[in-house]
Amino acid sequence: MTEEIAPERPDYKAITLDGLWDNNVVFAQLLALCPLLAVTGTATNGLGMGLASTAVMVGSGLSISFLRKWIPPDVRIPAFVLVIATLVTLVDMAMNAWVHELHKVLGLFIPLIVTNCAILGRAEIFASKKPLLPSTYDGLMMGTGFTVALVALGAIREVLGAGTLFAGASILLGDVFKVIEMNIPAFDGMLLFALPPGGFIVLGFMLAGKRVLDQKLAPRREGRVAKAEAHPV
Amino acid sequence: MSEPEPPAPKFDKSPFVLAATLTLFATVAAALLAFGDAKTRPEIALRLAEDLNAILSQVVPAELHDNELSKDTLLISGPGDTQTTVYRARRKDLIIGFAYPFTGEGGYAGPIELVMGVSATGEVLGVRVLSHTETPGLGDKIELQKSDWILGFDGLSFTTLPPEKWGVKKDGGTFDQFSGATITPRIVVKTVKQGLAFFHDHQSTLFAPSPQSPAPQSGEPTDD
Repeated sequence: MTEEIAPERPDYKAITLDGLWDNNVVFAQLLALCPLLAVTGTATNGLGMGLASTAVMVGSGLSISFLRKWIPPDVRIPAFVLVIATLVTLVDMAMNAWVHELHKVLGLFIPLIVTNCAILGRAEIFASKKPLLPSTYDGLMMGTGFTVALVALGAIREVLGAGTLFAGASILLGDVFKVIEMNIPAFDGMLLFALPPGGFIVLGFMLAGKRVLDQKLAPRREGRVAKAEAHPV
Repeated sequence: MSEPEPPAPKFDKSPFVLAATLTLFATVAAALLAFGDAKTRPEIALRLAEDLNAILSQVVPAELHDNELSKDTLLISGPGDTQTTVYRARRKDLIIGFAYPFTGEGGYAGPIELVMGVSATGEVLGVRVLSHTETPGLGDKIELQKSDWILGFDGLSFTTLPPEKWGVKKDGGTFDQFSGATITPRIVVKTVKQGLAFFHDHQSTLFAPSPQSPAPQSGEPTDD
């Protein structure tokens, strides 16, 4: 995996771009596909899973960066896993207590956040080497990128598979969000998209779409980089 | 000239320091988890009790009874070597019905867990599916959210519908199968029938007066 050499000053813009697009957990790193395909039957489930994962990523970025001076390199992996597993268990308990309905839907997949290699990957590549603030921010951006991917995939599959959008959002976000629950009249959806194969198909199209966009954007980006090099700030 | 020895694994710190560090980490993690558990445990117990009450009130209508079902439990052995927790509904201390979970083996993709309510006279008060792994779009019409098929059991008993008629239409019974899915409704019908038979088999135990203390008995309601 390519990672820019750490600049002296943390480059928050690069971190943002990395998390949301260039190095997006799903669209670029192709990690965490198990929870991704399992829970994205609806946009709401995707959002819930994304928020839970983001909470863990932020927490792991923060705590691992904080502890990085005390974690001996020889035992860093077990130490990371311990930190991440603790955070996931805490999130799992909190969700069970306070967003119980959602926990019933996602229940099985919350503990599996531990096995989300993206989190351990960020701990190893980023948080264990960088200061507190950029590491936390990196966790937030990686988590946001993951959430965006989950919601997008969930929304497409929900519309195609069930003919609804954000069904059950009020359970997760409160009754105010009842308005975003939509139902497409006279369309009950195609079963295929609610099933795992539909997840693969939609994901495939989304990956292809990102490639196409990246290719279109490439010349413009190069131009911008060249300009920045010509006129350093 | 001999080959150079392969370098021994090099540790910056002695294994004891490493072990001590990990132990320290684990201790802190354990303390955090204990704290989190203490904070959430009562809430979670409350949520589970709410879940149970919500399910029970669907299969035994609330207007029929005046006691709290989840606090009046009975543990009965069977079917097979399993144990069934029975929740008893009373009105003015008179037993008017029961609710109990019942598992149907041999669904299309695994067991189907039901909870059913039965009146004191052996009528089905209600049936709901707790969990299943049937095919979405085909077999999942057994969920009330997807179809009201499951309401077809309400009010039936072995008196109004003789046991041999308990089957899907394809098998000569009276219940609709779904287009594209016969196995799922067949198993549900069979399970409800077994559930009713369970009621008839255990009448003496079911109606036995329980110790007056309302304290939960051996069957903890949160165990499902």
